[in-house]
Amino acid sequence: MEAQLHVLKTEALEKIAASENVKELNGVRVAYLGKKGPITDLLKGMGKLPAEERPKMGALVNVVREEVTASLEERMALLEEQAINEKLQSETIDVTLPGRPVQTGNAHPLTRVVEEIEDLFISMGYEIAEGPEVEKDYYNFEALNLPKGHPARDMQDSFYITEDILLRTHTSPVQARTMEAKGGEPIKIICPGKVYRRDNDDATHSHQFTQIEGLVIGEDIRMSDLKGTLSVFAKKMFGDEREIRLRPSFFPFTEPSVEMDISCFKCGGSGCNVCKKTGWLEILGAGMVHPNVLEMAGYDSKRLTGFAFGMGPERIAMLKYGVEDIRHFYTNDVRFLSQFQRTEV
Amino acid sequence: MLVSIKWLQEYVDTQGLAPADLGEKITRSGIEVDAVIDRSHGMTNVVVGYVKECVKHPEADKLSICQVDVGGETDQIICGAPNIAAGQKVIVARPGATLPGDIKIKKAKLRGEESNGMICSLQELGIESKLVPKAYAEGIYVLPEEAETGSDVITNFDLDDTVLELGLTPNRADAMSMIGVAYEVGAILSEDVKLPEISYTEAADSASSLLTLNIDAPDANPLYVAKVVRNVEVKESPMWLQQRLMAAGVRPHNNIVDVTNYVLMEYGQPLHAFDYDSLKTGNITVRHAKEGEMITTLDNAERKLSAHNLVITNGEEPVALAGVMGGANSEVSASTTTIVIESAYFASGSIRQTSKDHNLRSDASSRYEKGVDPNRVIPAAERAASLIAELSGGEVLSGSVMFDALDKEEKIVTVSPDFINARLGMKISFEEMMRILKRLKFNTEAINGQLVISVPTRRQDIQIEEDVVEEIARLHGYDEIPATLPEMETTPGGLTPYQHKRRIVRNYLEGAGLLQAITYSLTSSKSAQQFALAKTEMTRLLMPMSEERSTLRQSLLPHLLESVSFNTARRSDSVALYETGAVFLKTDGELLDEEEHLAVAMTGLWLDNAWQGEKKSVDFFVLKGIVEGLAAKLGVALEFERGQMDGLHPGRTAYIIKDGNRIGVIGQLHPSEQAARNLKDTIVLEMNLAVLLNAEPEALLYTPVPRYPSMSRDVALVLSKIVEAGSIENTIRNAGGKLLKQVRVFDLYEGDNMEEGKKSVAFSLTYFDPEKTLTDEEVTRVHEKVLSALKDAGAELRS
Ligand SMILES: [Zn+2]
Repeated sequence: MEAQLHVLKTEALEKIAASENVKELNGVRVAYLGKKGPITDLLKGMGKLPAEERPKMGALVNVVREEVTASLEERMALLEEQAINEKLQSETIDVTLPGRPVQTGNAHPLTRVVEEIEDLFISMGYEIAEGPEVEKDYYNFEALNLPKGHPARDMQDSFYITEDILLRTHTSPVQARTMEAKGGEPIKIICPGKVYRRDNDDATHSHQFTQIEGLVIGEDIRMSDLKGTLSVFAKKMFGDEREIRLRPSFFPFTEPSVEMDISCFKCGGSGCNVCKKTGWLEILGAGMVHPNVLEMAGYDSKRLTGFAFGMGPERIAMLKYGVEDIRHFYTNDVRFLSQFQRTEV
Repeated sequence: MLVSIKWLQEYVDTQGLAPADLGEKITRSGIEVDAVIDRSHGMTNVVVGYVKECVKHPEADKLSICQVDVGGETDQIICGAPNIAAGQKVIVARPGATLPGDIKIKKAKLRGEESNGMICSLQELGIESKLVPKAYAEGIYVLPEEAETGSDVITNFDLDDTVLELGLTPNRADAMSMIGVAYEVGAILSEDVKLPEISYTEAADSASSLLTLNIDAPDANPLYVAKVVRNVEVKESPMWLQQRLMAAGVRPHNNIVDVTNYVLMEYGQPLHAFDYDSLKTGNITVRHAKEGEMITTLDNAERKLSAHNLVITNGEEPVALAGVMGGANSEVSASTTTIVIESAYFASGSIRQTSKDHNLRSDASSRYEKGVDPNRVIPAAERAASLIAELSGGEVLSGSVMFDALDKEEKIVTVSPDFINARLGMKISFEEMMRILKRLKFNTEAINGQLVISVPTRRQDIQIEEDVVEEIARLHGYDEIPATLPEMETTPGGLTPYQHKRRIVRNYLEGAGLLQAITYSLTSSKSAQQFALAKTEMTRLLMPMSEERSTLRQSLLPHLLESVSFNTARRSDSVALYETGAVFLKTDGELLDEEEHLAVAMTGLWLDNAWQGEKKSVDFFVLKGIVEGLAAKLGVALEFERGQMDGLHPGRTAYIIKDGNRIGVIGQLHPSEQAARNLKDTIVLEMNLAVLLNAEPEALLYTPVPRYPSMSRDVALVLSKIVEAGSIENTIRNAGGKLLKQVRVFDLYEGDNMEEGKKSVAFSLTYFDPEKTLTDEEVTRVHEKVLSALKDAGAELRS
């Protein structure tokens, strides 16, 4: 019987080892360890043995059963792992295929520039003021020290609708309106918006374009405050290394008037094609608010002074992004617009 | 203004500065130098030649074979100019010479004949055609006899010069003259200004013996001076004068006209010369024109005058359009022997009006418009008389014929140094301010610590204290101004709720896949009202530049659709654009109602996940979903109802309703509209955005997250095709009461298995009670009510 047991054991262990999958192995389990299997039969047949041999044989059968069970479980674990691996293998995907596209649009580059400037000044305590695009001659010119017949009106040939109504040529009328509405109180505003001039559209001119202007009025506002404010603007907008330079200029609504250049952000000031070899880029016009403008809006120009500045988002976008033709901003070619998707921060 | 540095040096020492450095200093001090132009253009080896012999080329009609003395040696040069002749002094570019445009001159053979160089026209020396004297416009330039054969043309004729092109702002009319620029340069460099010396011998006869003067419009013409010069010989001006005029951008004509132009450039004072004999009457009368009176100006244009045009007449008929242009009837010609030189002060408003009326601008009118120096009117006349006497051999009659009612006083501006420093945020010393004013040649007295400044009349732009602040600052240097920040009460700053929500709208639309477009506000009258939500009278420009940009838009869609077509024509088949902007509506008020609108236009694929085979074209519901999401974002309730609009598909158009008002339209373009615009299926939206942005949403309060489960029941209905899902949804909601939380369409079937004219719509209904778990019976009770209401509404329940 002992010999029979040994053969059984050898046979079972061979079959376990030969099992190639979980199902086959379960078959082996049932065949050898099941209720109708040979080991159970052996245990049942123990009654026929002499009483003194029974404990010894019983122990022997149990050992064989445990050995077979252990081998079976070990094999089972191995086969299960193999099965999982095979499944994972079969589920493998090509991770280099493109992802499902998320349809996103983006802001127009001019909006991007305008909002960047707005946010920058909002952080310095400015509010955003807006006004009509179709304006009275009074707010567009007269309230800004440009009476009828003033030679500087030639600088901005305008689209008139009637003798007294026109498409605004700058966003300055918003300043004039704000001053009138504030009734002599201090002001800190930014005025963005569309403006119109009688120009033929070409690579550098557009009959419609964008402007963003700023106005600060308060007690003892000095020209140094203008310089400091513009310097903060230039560094935040174009980088910490930017230097600014003021040049005398002329605007009827400011006195003194200046143009502001920044050191070229492409070459750092050594001269390149962007700055036309000068190292400087002309960015905006500014000045101290002309006393006539203050007085017309009801401000006491002896007590309150102010500064104003204005710039063209088109020009800034052209410089910043290297756009060579202003018409790109108004044809809305999606191959152009969609390039302004990503952040620069 | 073109400033020849050689010419400028007659009046001011430029301290040997290189032209570019001088230009930079001028720019930094306030007058922008737009260009620095080297008049020599890098030319070399160009000399005066004497044409000893000139014969026709045997092989070519148009060529001449010339033997040219180039100083010691004689070279054979072939010349193609029609005006070449023996005995002329000409400009010769010798072999090895370089001409403007980096043209190299080499020995050559032309039709078998040797040519050792080139005889040049002025154009070949880099002078613009419009500046070349008419006599030489089509050929070579002929030098005066006295030109020294073999001498260097570049140095002899002042081509070794640099011109600064000034971009003048309207306030700096003072710099529209060489002397004015000299004052500016003198202020920058702390140099004195030397004025021209005027000297001539007067004839015994007086000007008034030949000429009488009447001024009938003293307001428009407060000062008029006339000098008379007789026995003049009208001829070409000397080279130096011609060169200076060409450097200044003026074409030389003859010695008389050239002197008037020269003095105009020198003093900034316009002058005019009349042929005395052509005046016929010996009288000059300045008056306003008679309505309909005619004059032919020097540009040969016949002009009809009106009463606000000021004219110079001979007492009978106009002989010049005052301050703008002379008349052809009194023009100086080769046969002229006696001339009248006019120097006058005309009020700027009058000249501007005339210049505008006749669309005629001249060097004279542009100076009068900006205002000339009252104190240069008389000196300019004297200067012209002396130059004409010198260059024409004429004799100047004694005295002038003059009318003078002009105020020539200097304006006094008083300003305190503290005021200047307070405006600038600086601490410039009193002494430094005095030094700067001295550099400007402003006579200044210090009285009680104040600067009392007599402003020279050439600087009409200096009127108030702030103008002095600028003069001090610009000459002290803007680099010296410190950088500070305004010291004022801090304000929070920020966007208004309206502006803030506008950004939310933009961000939402961009997140939904739309690109922001910006289009023009001006359009044609034809498309100004297409897709307009509310049409008002159109607003047209008084003087449009073109019909395409003549009228203010009343809707955004026409231009947005043009942008879509622009893209699809360039093979961008899928386009989704939005724009926010004003439309312009007429109201009773003075100005227009500028209503902020939102427009969207979409065409092509909405979803394109190529390799996974998922593609979805845009349709009505894609855009409707975007609008619904936008309304949800803004907390605004919108409704949609079937609508109609020209240009939109009649079965695929809806009005957008808010609080019972139509605020927008959404739909698919009509097939014929699509065809006209070369578009495939395109879905559009035009909506009043201001209404959405002005709506004040309710305060956001959280509702407790449900603690009890909800229960769903589905119901499939067979409906007549014309019944709208929206009305069925309303029926369900009304019957469902407050336990019915949600109604959702989850299926629509209109296929072949349906009875003719019917469709199947399936709804999913969610019941929920925040207080307890609903029992099956409770739900059934409500649901039965819903079902019976649906039956009453004519819906057939589908099993
Ligand atoms: Zn650069």
